[in-house]
Amino acid sequence: MNWYAIRAIYGFEMARTRRTLMQSIASPVISTSLYFVVFGSAIGSRMVEIDGISYGAFIIPGLIMLSLLNESISNASFGIYFPRFSGTIYEVLSAPVSPLEIVMGYVGAAASKSVILGLLILATARLFVDYHIAHPVWMLAFLVTTAVTFSLFGFIIGIWADGFEKLQIVPMMLVTPLTFLGGSFYSINMLPPLWQTITLFNPVVYLISAFRWSFYGVADVAVGVSIAAILGFLLLCLGGIFWIFRTGYRLKQ
Amino acid sequence: MTGIIQVDGLNKLYRGGFQALRDVNLSIRKGEIFALLGPNGAGKTTLISIICGIVTPSSGTVLADGHDIVSDYRAARSRIGLVPQELTTDAFESVWNTVSFSRGLFGKPRDDAHIEKVLRDLSLWDKRNNRLLELSGGMKRRVMIAKALSHEPQILFLDEPTAGVDVELRRDMWEMVSSLREAGVTIILTTHYIEEAEAMADRIGVIRKGELILVEDKTTLMDKLGQKELRLQLTEPLERIPDALGRAGLSLSDDGYRLTYSYDAHSEQGSVAAVLRQLNELGIEFSDLQSRQSSLEDIFVSLVHEEVA
Repeated sequence: MNWYAIRAIYGFEMARTRRTLMQSIASPVISTSLYFVVFGSAIGSRMVEIDGISYGAFIIPGLIMLSLLNESISNASFGIYFPRFSGTIYEVLSAPVSPLEIVMGYVGAAASKSVILGLLILATARLFVDYHIAHPVWMLAFLVTTAVTFSLFGFIIGIWADGFEKLQIVPMMLVTPLTFLGGSFYSINMLPPLWQTITLFNPVVYLISAFRWSFYGVADVAVGVSIAAILGFLLLCLGGIFWIFRTGYRLKQ
Repeated sequence: MTGIIQVDGLNKLYRGGFQALRDVNLSIRKGEIFALLGPNGAGKTTLISIICGIVTPSSGTVLADGHDIVSDYRAARSRIGLVPQELTTDAFESVWNTVSFSRGLFGKPRDDAHIEKVLRDLSLWDKRNNRLLELSGGMKRRVMIAKALSHEPQILFLDEPTAGVDVELRRDMWEMVSSLREAGVTIILTTHYIEEAEAMADRIGVIRKGELILVEDKTTLMDKLGQKELRLQLTEPLERIPDALGRAGLSLSDDGYRLTYSYDAHSEQGSVAAVLRQLNELGIEFSDLQSRQSSLEDIFVSLVHEEVA
Protein backbone atom coordinates (compact mmCIF):
# COMPACT_ATOMS: atom_id res chain seq x y z
CA MET A 1 0.00 0.00 0.00
CA ASN A 2 1.37 3.41 -1.03
CA TRP A 3 0.49 5.31 2.16
CA TYR A 4 2.59 8.31 1.15
CA ALA A 5 0.46 8.72 -1.96
CA ILE A 6 -2.80 8.40 -0.03
CA ARG A 7 -1.56 10.99 2.41
CA ALA A 8 -0.41 13.27 -0.41
CA ILE A 9 -3.81 13.19 -2.17
CA TYR A 10 -5.71 13.48 1.12
CA GLY A 11 -3.55 16.39 2.31
CA PHE A 12 -3.79 18.12 -1.06
CA GLU A 13 -7.60 17.94 -1.02
CA MET A 14 -7.85 19.08 2.59
CA ALA A 15 -5.54 22.00 1.79
CA ARG A 16 -8.01 23.04 -0.93
CA THR A 17 -10.72 23.15 1.73
CA ARG A 18 -8.57 25.38 3.92
CA ARG A 19 -8.06 27.73 0.98
CA THR A 20 -11.80 27.89 0.32
CA LEU A 21 -13.01 27.92 3.90
CA MET A 22 -15.92 30.27 3.19
CA GLN A 23 -17.25 28.15 0.36
CA SER A 24 -16.52 24.75 1.90
CA ILE A 25 -17.56 25.20 5.51
CA ALA A 26 -18.93 28.64 6.35
CA SER A 27 -21.47 28.81 3.52
CA PRO A 28 -23.26 25.49 4.27
CA VAL A 29 -23.19 26.21 8.01
CA ILE A 30 -24.73 29.66 7.51
CA SER A 31 -27.43 28.44 5.12
CA THR A 32 -28.35 25.57 7.47
CA SER A 33 -28.49 28.02 10.37
CA LEU A 34 -31.05 29.99 8.37
CA TYR A 35 -33.18 26.85 8.11
CA PHE A 36 -33.04 26.53 11.91
CA VAL A 37 -33.97 30.18 12.36
CA VAL A 38 -36.89 30.01 9.91
CA PHE A 39 -38.23 26.47 10.38
CA GLY A 40 -36.95 25.74 13.86
CA SER A 41 -37.40 28.96 15.82
CA ALA A 42 -39.88 31.10 13.83
CA ILE A 43 -42.32 28.64 12.22
CA GLY A 44 -41.35 25.68 14.42
CA SER A 45 -42.61 27.38 17.58
CA ARG A 46 -46.13 27.31 16.10
CA MET A 47 -45.92 23.68 14.89
CA VAL A 48 -47.15 20.70 16.87
CA GLU A 49 -44.67 18.08 18.04
CA ILE A 50 -43.97 15.13 15.73
CA ASP A 51 -43.59 11.73 17.45
CA GLY A 52 -43.19 13.64 20.68
CA ILE A 53 -40.27 15.72 19.35
CA SER A 54 -40.36 19.50 18.97
CA TYR A 55 -40.38 20.54 15.31
CA GLY A 56 -37.10 22.41 15.61
CA ALA A 57 -35.35 19.30 16.95
CA PHE A 58 -37.16 17.01 14.50
CA ILE A 59 -35.63 18.67 11.45
CA ILE A 60 -32.02 18.55 12.70
CA PRO A 61 -31.16 15.08 11.27
CA GLY A 62 -32.79 15.93 7.94
CA LEU A 63 -30.94 19.22 7.64
CA ILE A 64 -27.63 17.61 8.47
CA MET A 65 -28.33 14.94 5.84
CA LEU A 66 -29.23 17.61 3.28
CA SER A 67 -25.82 19.26 3.71
CA LEU A 68 -23.96 15.99 4.13
CA LEU A 69 -25.26 14.50 0.87
CA ASN A 70 -24.74 17.65 -1.18
CA GLU A 71 -21.29 18.40 0.21
CA SER A 72 -20.09 14.80 -0.08
CA ILE A 73 -21.09 14.72 -3.73
CA SER A 74 -19.76 18.21 -4.48
CA ASN A 75 -16.42 17.71 -2.70
CA ALA A 76 -15.68 14.33 -4.25
CA SER A 77 -16.91 15.16 -7.74
CA PHE A 78 -14.97 18.42 -7.88
CA GLY A 79 -11.90 16.78 -6.33
CA ILE A 80 -11.50 14.31 -9.19
CA TYR A 81 -13.08 16.40 -11.95
CA PHE A 82 -10.78 19.39 -11.57
CA PRO A 83 -7.54 17.43 -12.24
CA ARG A 84 -9.26 15.93 -15.28
CA PHE A 85 -10.32 19.39 -16.43
CA SER A 86 -6.93 21.03 -15.81
CA GLY A 87 -4.94 18.05 -17.09
CA THR A 88 -3.04 17.44 -13.85
CA ILE A 89 -4.64 13.98 -13.65
CA TYR A 90 -1.66 12.79 -15.75
CA GLU A 91 0.42 12.79 -12.60
CA VAL A 92 -1.95 10.57 -10.63
CA LEU A 93 -2.30 8.17 -13.56
CA SER A 94 1.46 7.91 -14.03
CA ALA A 95 2.23 7.47 -10.32
CA PRO A 96 2.74 4.09 -8.64
CA VAL A 97 -0.73 4.29 -7.13
CA SER A 98 -3.49 1.67 -7.22
CA PRO A 99 -7.14 2.58 -7.88
CA LEU A 100 -7.92 1.78 -4.25
CA GLU A 101 -5.29 4.26 -3.06
CA ILE A 102 -6.59 6.96 -5.42
CA VAL A 103 -10.12 6.44 -4.12
CA MET A 104 -8.94 6.40 -0.51
CA GLY A 105 -7.21 9.73 -1.01
CA TYR A 106 -9.96 11.59 -2.85
CA VAL A 107 -13.01 9.99 -1.23
CA GLY A 108 -11.39 9.98 2.21
CA ALA A 109 -10.82 13.73 1.99
CA ALA A 110 -14.31 14.45 0.64
CA ALA A 111 -15.93 12.32 3.35
CA SER A 112 -13.77 13.91 6.08
CA LYS A 113 -14.84 17.37 5.01
CA SER A 114 -18.50 16.33 4.99
CA VAL A 115 -18.30 14.73 8.42
CA ILE A 116 -16.63 17.86 9.84
CA LEU A 117 -19.35 19.94 8.25
CA GLY A 118 -22.09 17.67 9.65
CA LEU A 119 -20.65 17.97 13.15
CA LEU A 120 -20.37 21.76 12.78
CA ILE A 121 -24.03 21.97 11.75
CA LEU A 122 -24.92 19.79 14.73
CA ALA A 123 -23.02 22.14 17.02
CA THR A 124 -24.64 25.17 15.37
CA ALA A 125 -28.11 23.66 15.86
CA ARG A 126 -27.49 23.73 19.60
CA LEU A 127 -27.60 27.53 19.39
CA PHE A 128 -31.19 27.46 18.13
CA VAL A 129 -32.90 24.32 19.44
CA ASP A 130 -32.55 21.82 22.23
CA TYR A 131 -31.95 18.20 21.21
CA HIS A 132 -30.48 14.99 22.51
CA ILE A 133 -28.75 12.07 20.82
CA ALA A 134 -30.09 8.72 21.95
CA HIS A 135 -27.52 6.57 20.11
CA PRO A 136 -24.35 8.67 19.60
CA VAL A 137 -22.23 5.78 18.30
CA TRP A 138 -24.87 4.90 15.71
CA MET A 139 -25.24 8.57 14.88
CA LEU A 140 -21.52 8.80 14.10
CA ALA A 141 -21.61 5.49 12.21
CA PHE A 142 -24.49 6.72 10.02
CA LEU A 143 -22.78 10.07 9.52
CA VAL A 144 -19.51 8.50 8.40
CA THR A 145 -21.09 5.75 6.28
CA THR A 146 -23.38 8.18 4.50
CA ALA A 147 -20.51 10.62 3.91
CA VAL A 148 -18.32 7.85 2.47
CA THR A 149 -21.13 6.43 0.33
CA PHE A 150 -22.11 9.74 -1.20
CA SER A 151 -18.49 10.75 -1.63
CA LEU A 152 -18.05 7.55 -3.66
CA PHE A 153 -21.14 8.57 -5.62
CA GLY A 154 -19.64 12.03 -6.11
CA PHE A 155 -16.38 10.48 -7.32
CA ILE A 156 -18.36 8.61 -9.99
CA ILE A 157 -20.08 11.85 -11.02
CA GLY A 158 -16.70 13.60 -11.20
CA ILE A 159 -15.46 10.92 -13.59
CA TRP A 160 -18.69 10.93 -15.62
CA ALA A 161 -18.97 14.73 -15.95
CA ASP A 162 -17.53 16.36 -19.04
CA GLY A 163 -18.36 19.89 -17.95
CA PHE A 164 -18.96 21.93 -14.80
CA GLU A 165 -22.71 21.94 -15.47
CA LYS A 166 -22.94 18.20 -15.04
CA LEU A 167 -21.21 18.47 -11.66
CA GLN A 168 -24.09 20.64 -10.47
CA ILE A 169 -26.94 18.71 -12.07
CA VAL A 170 -27.00 15.73 -9.72
CA PRO A 171 -26.84 17.64 -6.39
CA MET A 172 -29.27 20.32 -7.57
CA MET A 173 -31.72 18.35 -9.67
CA LEU A 174 -31.69 15.04 -7.85
CA VAL A 175 -30.26 15.02 -4.35
CA THR A 176 -31.83 18.24 -3.03
CA PRO A 177 -35.37 17.39 -4.24
CA LEU A 178 -35.07 13.82 -2.95
CA THR A 179 -33.89 15.11 0.43
CA PHE A 180 -36.73 17.59 0.70
CA LEU A 181 -39.21 14.86 -0.29
CA GLY A 182 -37.46 12.28 1.88
CA GLY A 183 -38.81 13.41 5.22
CA SER A 184 -36.33 16.14 6.15
CA PHE A 185 -39.10 18.42 7.34
CA TYR A 186 -41.88 15.93 8.08
CA SER A 187 -42.53 12.35 9.02
CA ILE A 188 -43.63 10.28 6.04
CA ASN A 189 -46.39 8.92 8.31
CA MET A 190 -48.02 12.35 7.87
CA LEU A 191 -48.50 11.65 4.14
CA PRO A 192 -51.54 9.96 2.56
CA PRO A 193 -51.07 6.15 2.12
CA LEU A 194 -50.41 6.36 -1.63
CA TRP A 195 -47.65 8.98 -1.18
CA GLN A 196 -46.18 6.98 1.68
CA THR A 197 -45.76 4.05 -0.70
CA ILE A 198 -44.29 6.25 -3.45
CA THR A 199 -41.92 7.88 -0.95
CA LEU A 200 -40.46 4.50 -0.06
CA PHE A 201 -38.83 4.46 -3.51
CA ASN A 202 -36.83 7.50 -2.48
CA PRO A 203 -33.49 6.19 -1.14
CA VAL A 204 -32.93 9.33 0.95
CA VAL A 205 -35.91 8.38 3.12
CA TYR A 206 -33.88 5.49 4.55
CA LEU A 207 -30.87 7.70 5.30
CA ILE A 208 -32.89 10.34 7.12
CA SER A 209 -35.04 7.79 8.92
CA ALA A 210 -32.04 5.88 10.27
CA PHE A 211 -30.21 9.07 11.19
CA ARG A 212 -33.25 10.46 13.01
CA TRP A 213 -33.58 7.14 14.86
CA SER A 214 -30.01 7.58 16.16
CA PHE A 215 -31.11 10.94 17.64
CA TYR A 216 -34.57 10.28 19.00
CA GLY A 217 -35.17 6.53 18.78
CA VAL A 218 -38.06 7.00 16.32
CA ALA A 219 -37.97 6.09 12.63
CA ASP A 220 -40.25 6.14 9.59
CA VAL A 221 -38.71 2.90 8.32
CA ALA A 222 -37.31 -0.06 10.30
CA VAL A 223 -33.65 0.67 11.15
CA GLY A 224 -32.51 -2.69 9.76
CA VAL A 225 -34.09 -1.89 6.40
CA SER A 226 -32.40 1.53 6.40
CA ILE A 227 -28.99 0.02 7.17
CA ALA A 228 -29.47 -2.53 4.37
CA ALA A 229 -30.42 0.29 1.96
CA ILE A 230 -27.36 2.38 2.90
CA LEU A 231 -25.00 -0.58 2.57
CA GLY A 232 -26.66 -1.56 -0.70
CA PHE A 233 -26.00 1.88 -2.16
CA LEU A 234 -22.43 1.77 -0.80
CA LEU A 235 -21.82 -1.52 -2.61
CA LEU A 236 -23.39 -0.14 -5.78
CA CYS A 237 -21.02 2.83 -5.72
CA LEU A 238 -18.01 0.60 -5.05
CA GLY A 239 -19.06 -1.55 -8.01
CA GLY A 240 -19.29 1.55 -10.20
CA ILE A 241 -15.81 2.68 -9.22
CA PHE A 242 -14.39 -0.80 -9.74
CA TRP A 243 -15.83 -0.73 -13.28
CA ILE A 244 -14.40 2.75 -13.93
CA PHE A 245 -10.86 1.70 -13.08
CA ARG A 246 -11.17 -1.63 -14.82
CA THR A 247 -12.26 -0.05 -18.09
CA GLY A 248 -10.41 3.24 -17.69
CA TYR A 249 -13.71 5.02 -18.39
CA ARG A 250 -12.94 8.72 -19.02
CA LEU A 251 -9.60 8.32 -17.29
CA LYS A 252 -7.46 6.36 -19.72
CA GLN A 253 -7.62 5.95 -23.47
CA MET B 1 21.44 -6.66 -23.57
CA THR B 2 18.08 -5.41 -22.25
CA GLY B 3 17.72 -1.65 -22.15
CA ILE B 4 16.45 0.35 -19.21
CA ILE B 5 13.34 0.82 -21.34
CA GLN B 6 12.45 -2.17 -23.46
CA VAL B 7 9.49 -1.87 -25.86
CA ASP B 8 8.42 -4.95 -27.79
CA GLY B 9 5.70 -5.24 -30.39
CA LEU B 10 3.80 -2.23 -29.09
CA ASN B 11 0.54 -1.32 -30.82
CA LYS B 12 -2.07 1.26 -29.98
CA LEU B 13 -5.44 1.40 -31.68
CA TYR B 14 -7.69 4.14 -30.27
CA ARG B 15 -11.42 3.60 -29.93
CA GLY B 16 -12.17 5.76 -32.95
CA GLY B 17 -10.10 3.37 -35.08
CA PHE B 18 -6.94 5.51 -35.27
CA GLN B 19 -3.82 3.36 -35.21
CA ALA B 20 -1.37 5.52 -33.27
CA LEU B 21 1.43 2.97 -32.93
CA ARG B 22 2.33 0.03 -35.16
CA ASP B 23 4.58 -2.73 -33.88
CA VAL B 24 7.05 -0.46 -32.14
CA ASN B 25 10.23 -2.11 -30.89
CA LEU B 26 12.71 0.02 -29.03
CA SER B 27 15.49 -0.38 -26.51
CA ILE B 28 16.72 2.65 -24.57
CA ARG B 29 20.16 2.30 -23.04
CA LYS B 30 20.80 3.16 -19.44
CA GLY B 31 22.26 6.63 -19.00
CA GLU B 32 21.76 7.87 -22.54
CA ILE B 33 19.84 10.82 -23.92
CA PHE B 34 17.45 9.53 -26.53
CA ALA B 35 15.63 11.98 -28.79
CA LEU B 36 12.38 10.87 -30.36
CA LEU B 37 11.60 12.91 -33.44
CA GLY B 38 8.55 12.93 -35.62
CA PRO B 39 5.94 15.24 -37.08
CA ASN B 40 2.73 16.10 -35.23
CA GLY B 41 0.47 13.07 -34.79
CA ALA B 42 3.30 10.63 -35.49
CA GLY B 43 2.79 8.82 -32.18
CA LYS B 44 5.52 10.29 -29.96
CA THR B 45 3.25 11.34 -27.11
CA THR B 46 1.23 8.12 -27.34
CA LEU B 47 4.42 6.09 -26.97
CA ILE B 48 5.52 8.12 -23.94
CA SER B 49 2.03 8.03 -22.44
CA ILE B 50 1.90 4.23 -22.68
CA ILE B 51 5.29 3.80 -21.04
CA CYS B 52 4.25 6.15 -18.23
CA GLY B 53 0.89 4.43 -17.65
CA ILE B 54 -1.42 7.18 -18.91
CA VAL B 55 -2.59 5.34 -22.04
CA THR B 56 -3.39 1.63 -22.22
CA PRO B 57 -1.54 -0.33 -24.92
CA SER B 58 -3.58 -2.44 -27.34
CA SER B 59 -0.85 -5.08 -27.49
CA GLY B 60 2.84 -5.51 -26.82
CA THR B 61 4.99 -5.20 -23.74
CA VAL B 62 7.04 -2.47 -22.10
CA LEU B 63 9.63 -3.01 -19.38
CA ALA B 64 11.03 -0.15 -17.30
CA ASP B 65 14.26 -1.18 -15.60
CA GLY B 66 13.10 -4.78 -16.02
CA HIS B 67 9.62 -4.22 -14.58
CA ASP B 68 6.51 -4.72 -16.70
CA ILE B 69 4.51 -1.48 -16.84
CA VAL B 70 1.22 -3.37 -16.44
CA SER B 71 1.79 -6.34 -14.15
CA ASP B 72 4.52 -4.67 -12.07
CA TYR B 73 3.38 -1.07 -12.49
CA ARG B 74 4.41 0.14 -9.04
CA ALA B 75 8.07 -0.72 -9.51
CA ALA B 76 8.04 0.48 -13.13
CA ARG B 77 6.36 3.84 -12.50
CA SER B 78 8.40 4.65 -9.38
CA ARG B 79 11.49 4.76 -11.64
CA ILE B 80 9.96 7.15 -14.14
CA GLY B 81 9.50 10.91 -14.12
CA LEU B 82 7.38 12.62 -16.75
CA VAL B 83 7.32 16.22 -17.93
CA PRO B 84 4.29 16.40 -20.21
CA GLN B 85 3.94 18.63 -23.20
CA GLU B 86 1.03 20.66 -21.83
CA LEU B 87 1.59 23.13 -19.00
CA THR B 88 -0.84 21.53 -16.58
CA THR B 89 -0.47 22.91 -13.09
CA ASP B 90 -2.55 23.40 -9.98
CA ALA B 91 -2.92 27.14 -10.39
CA PHE B 92 -3.74 27.91 -6.76
CA GLU B 93 -1.03 25.80 -5.14
CA SER B 94 2.38 27.08 -4.13
CA VAL B 95 5.50 25.83 -5.89
CA TRP B 96 6.73 24.10 -2.73
CA ASN B 97 3.44 22.32 -2.08
CA THR B 98 2.93 21.08 -5.60
CA VAL B 99 6.47 19.69 -5.85
CA SER B 100 6.17 18.07 -2.39
CA PHE B 101 2.83 16.59 -3.44
CA SER B 102 4.49 14.89 -6.42
CA ARG B 103 7.12 13.30 -4.20
CA GLY B 104 4.48 11.84 -1.90
CA LEU B 105 2.38 10.65 -4.81
CA PHE B 106 5.31 8.60 -6.03
CA GLY B 107 5.62 6.88 -2.67
CA LYS B 108 8.62 8.76 -1.30
CA PRO B 109 8.82 10.04 2.28
CA ARG B 110 9.09 13.75 2.88
CA ASP B 111 12.55 15.11 2.16
CA ASP B 112 12.72 18.88 2.37
CA ALA B 113 16.45 18.93 1.59
CA HIS B 114 15.90 17.16 -1.73
CA ILE B 115 13.00 19.41 -2.69
CA GLU B 116 15.13 22.43 -1.85
CA LYS B 117 17.98 21.13 -4.02
CA VAL B 118 15.64 20.52 -6.96
CA LEU B 119 14.13 23.99 -6.63
CA ARG B 120 17.53 25.63 -6.34
CA ASP B 121 18.87 23.71 -9.36
CA LEU B 122 15.94 24.96 -11.40
CA SER B 123 16.21 28.55 -10.10
CA LEU B 124 12.82 28.18 -8.40
CA TRP B 125 13.91 28.58 -4.80
CA ASP B 126 12.96 32.27 -4.67
CA LYS B 127 9.53 31.39 -6.04
CA ARG B 128 8.85 28.52 -3.65
CA ASN B 129 6.01 30.32 -1.87
CA ASN B 130 4.46 31.77 -5.02
CA ARG B 131 1.25 30.33 -6.34
CA LEU B 132 1.62 28.78 -9.77
CA LEU B 133 -0.81 31.20 -11.37
CA GLU B 134 1.65 33.99 -10.53
CA LEU B 135 4.45 32.39 -12.56
CA SER B 136 5.43 32.94 -16.18
CA GLY B 137 5.15 30.14 -18.74
CA GLY B 138 8.86 29.42 -18.52
CA MET B 139 8.74 29.22 -14.73
CA LYS B 140 5.76 26.88 -14.90
CA ARG B 141 7.77 24.67 -17.23
CA ARG B 142 10.52 24.56 -14.60
CA VAL B 143 7.95 23.60 -11.98
CA MET B 144 6.80 20.72 -14.18
CA ILE B 145 10.40 19.51 -14.35
CA ALA B 146 10.81 19.94 -10.58
CA LYS B 147 7.70 17.82 -10.01
CA ALA B 148 9.08 15.10 -12.28
CA LEU B 149 12.41 15.14 -10.43
CA SER B 150 10.91 15.29 -6.95
CA HIS B 151 10.92 11.50 -6.50
CA GLU B 152 14.46 11.01 -7.86
CA PRO B 153 13.56 9.04 -11.01
CA GLN B 154 16.11 6.96 -12.93
CA ILE B 155 14.30 7.60 -16.19
CA LEU B 156 13.04 11.01 -17.23
CA PHE B 157 10.64 11.65 -20.10
CA LEU B 158 10.61 15.18 -21.47
CA ASP B 159 7.79 15.69 -23.92
CA GLU B 160 8.59 18.88 -25.85
CA PRO B 161 10.41 20.37 -22.82
CA THR B 162 11.34 23.67 -24.41
CA ALA B 163 8.17 24.38 -26.37
CA GLY B 164 7.35 28.05 -25.96
CA VAL B 165 10.28 28.96 -23.73
CA ASP B 166 12.79 31.68 -24.45
CA VAL B 167 16.31 31.08 -25.67
CA GLU B 168 17.92 31.64 -22.28
CA LEU B 169 15.67 29.15 -20.53
CA ARG B 170 16.21 26.66 -23.32
CA ARG B 171 19.94 26.84 -22.78
CA ASP B 172 19.40 26.43 -19.01
CA MET B 173 17.37 23.32 -19.65
CA TRP B 174 19.98 21.85 -21.93
CA GLU B 175 22.49 22.33 -19.15
CA MET B 176 20.12 20.76 -16.65
CA VAL B 177 19.58 17.76 -18.93
CA SER B 178 23.33 17.34 -19.29
CA SER B 179 23.86 17.44 -15.54
CA LEU B 180 21.06 14.91 -15.02
CA ARG B 181 22.71 12.60 -17.50
CA GLU B 182 25.98 12.98 -15.61
CA ALA B 183 24.09 11.95 -12.49
CA GLY B 184 23.08 8.73 -14.26
CA VAL B 185 19.53 9.60 -15.27
CA THR B 186 18.34 8.20 -18.58
CA ILE B 187 16.55 10.87 -20.58
CA ILE B 188 14.06 10.42 -23.38
CA LEU B 189 12.93 13.61 -25.03
CA THR B 190 10.66 14.52 -27.86
CA THR B 191 11.20 17.83 -29.51
CA HIS B 192 10.31 19.92 -32.51
CA TYR B 193 13.59 21.77 -32.20
CA ILE B 194 15.93 19.58 -34.17
CA GLU B 195 18.88 21.66 -32.99
CA GLU B 196 17.94 20.51 -29.49
CA ALA B 197 18.26 16.87 -30.46
CA GLU B 198 21.41 17.65 -32.40
CA ALA B 199 22.96 19.39 -29.40
CA MET B 200 21.98 16.93 -26.69
CA ALA B 201 21.04 13.47 -27.90
CA ASP B 202 23.26 10.41 -28.02
CA ARG B 203 20.78 8.53 -30.17
CA ILE B 204 17.90 9.53 -32.39
CA GLY B 205 14.65 7.70 -33.10
CA VAL B 206 12.38 8.84 -35.88
CA ILE B 207 8.72 7.94 -35.73
CA ARG B 208 6.34 8.42 -38.63
CA LYS B 209 2.67 7.44 -38.81
CA GLY B 210 3.05 5.27 -35.71
CA GLU B 211 6.06 3.37 -36.99
CA LEU B 212 9.55 3.70 -35.64
CA ILE B 213 11.36 4.04 -38.94
CA LEU B 214 14.86 4.63 -37.66
CA VAL B 215 16.95 4.37 -34.50
CA GLU B 216 20.57 5.37 -34.82
CA ASP B 217 23.48 6.95 -32.99
CA LYS B 218 23.33 10.65 -33.76
CA THR B 219 26.84 10.89 -35.17
CA THR B 220 26.40 7.73 -37.24
CA LEU B 221 23.10 9.04 -38.56
CA MET B 222 24.58 12.36 -39.57
CA ASP B 223 27.57 10.66 -41.17
CA LYS B 224 25.43 8.11 -42.99
CA LEU B 225 22.63 10.28 -44.25
CA GLY B 226 24.34 13.65 -44.26
CA GLN B 227 24.86 15.52 -47.52
CA LYS B 228 27.46 18.13 -48.26
CA GLU B 229 26.94 21.11 -50.47
CA LEU B 230 29.37 23.40 -52.27
CA ARG B 231 28.08 26.79 -53.43
CA LEU B 232 29.97 28.93 -55.88
CA GLN B 233 29.11 32.58 -56.49
CA LEU B 234 30.03 33.39 -60.08
CA THR B 235 31.52 36.69 -61.26
CA GLU B 236 29.55 36.52 -64.54
CA PRO B 237 26.15 34.88 -64.95
CA LEU B 238 25.77 31.73 -67.06
CA GLU B 239 22.83 31.35 -69.44
CA ARG B 240 22.80 27.60 -69.01
CA ILE B 241 24.90 25.03 -67.22
CA PRO B 242 27.64 23.52 -69.35
CA ASP B 243 27.02 19.82 -70.17
CA ALA B 244 30.16 18.65 -68.42
CA LEU B 245 29.10 20.32 -65.14
CA GLY B 246 25.53 19.08 -65.49
CA ARG B 247 26.80 15.54 -65.79
CA ALA B 248 28.88 16.04 -62.64
CA GLY B 249 25.68 16.88 -60.74
CA LEU B 250 25.91 20.66 -60.47
CA SER B 251 22.86 22.91 -60.70
CA LEU B 252 22.49 26.54 -61.68
CA SER B 253 20.37 29.16 -59.93
CA ASP B 254 17.66 31.01 -61.88
CA ASP B 255 19.68 34.23 -62.05
CA GLY B 256 22.68 32.30 -63.38
CA TYR B 257 25.00 33.57 -60.68
CA ARG B 258 25.23 30.52 -58.42
CA LEU B 259 26.39 26.98 -59.02
CA THR B 260 25.54 24.35 -56.40
CA TYR B 261 27.25 21.00 -56.10
CA SER B 262 25.60 18.46 -53.73
CA TYR B 263 27.52 15.34 -52.89
CA ASP B 264 27.56 12.49 -50.41
CA ALA B 265 29.47 13.15 -47.22
CA HIS B 266 31.43 9.95 -47.85
CA SER B 267 32.14 10.49 -51.50
CA GLU B 268 35.69 10.48 -52.75
CA GLN B 269 37.61 13.44 -51.46
CA GLY B 270 38.80 14.28 -54.97
CA SER B 271 35.35 15.06 -56.35
CA VAL B 272 35.35 18.70 -55.22
CA ALA B 273 38.83 19.19 -56.65
CA ALA B 274 37.67 17.68 -59.95
CA VAL B 275 34.74 20.10 -60.12
CA LEU B 276 36.99 23.07 -59.44
CA ARG B 277 39.42 21.86 -62.12
CA GLN B 278 36.55 21.63 -64.62
CA LEU B 279 35.45 25.16 -63.82
CA ASN B 280 38.97 26.37 -64.44
CA GLU B 281 39.16 24.50 -67.75
CA LEU B 282 35.84 26.02 -68.85
CA GLY B 283 37.01 29.48 -67.85
CA ILE B 284 34.24 30.02 -65.34
CA GLU B 285 35.37 32.33 -62.56
CA PHE B 286 33.86 32.58 -59.11
CA SER B 287 34.06 35.30 -56.48
CA ASP B 288 33.03 33.30 -53.43
CA LEU B 289 32.83 29.69 -52.29
CA GLN B 290 30.77 28.16 -49.47
CA SER B 291 30.64 24.64 -48.14
CA ARG B 292 28.03 23.29 -45.70
CA GLN B 293 27.03 19.91 -44.25
CA SER B 294 23.34 19.06 -43.92
CA SER B 295 21.98 19.33 -40.41
CA LEU B 296 19.92 16.81 -38.51
CA GLU B 297 16.94 18.91 -39.51
CA ASP B 298 17.63 18.31 -43.19
CA ILE B 299 17.95 14.58 -42.51
CA PHE B 300 14.77 14.55 -40.47
CA VAL B 301 12.77 16.39 -43.13
CA SER B 302 13.98 14.03 -45.84
CA LEU B 303 13.11 10.99 -43.71
CA VAL B 304 9.59 12.01 -42.71
CA HIS B 305 8.68 13.14 -46.19
CA GLU B 306 9.59 9.87 -47.84
CA GLU B 307 6.54 8.01 -49.01
CA VAL B 308 5.79 4.86 -47.09
CA ALA B 309 7.00 2.02 -49.24
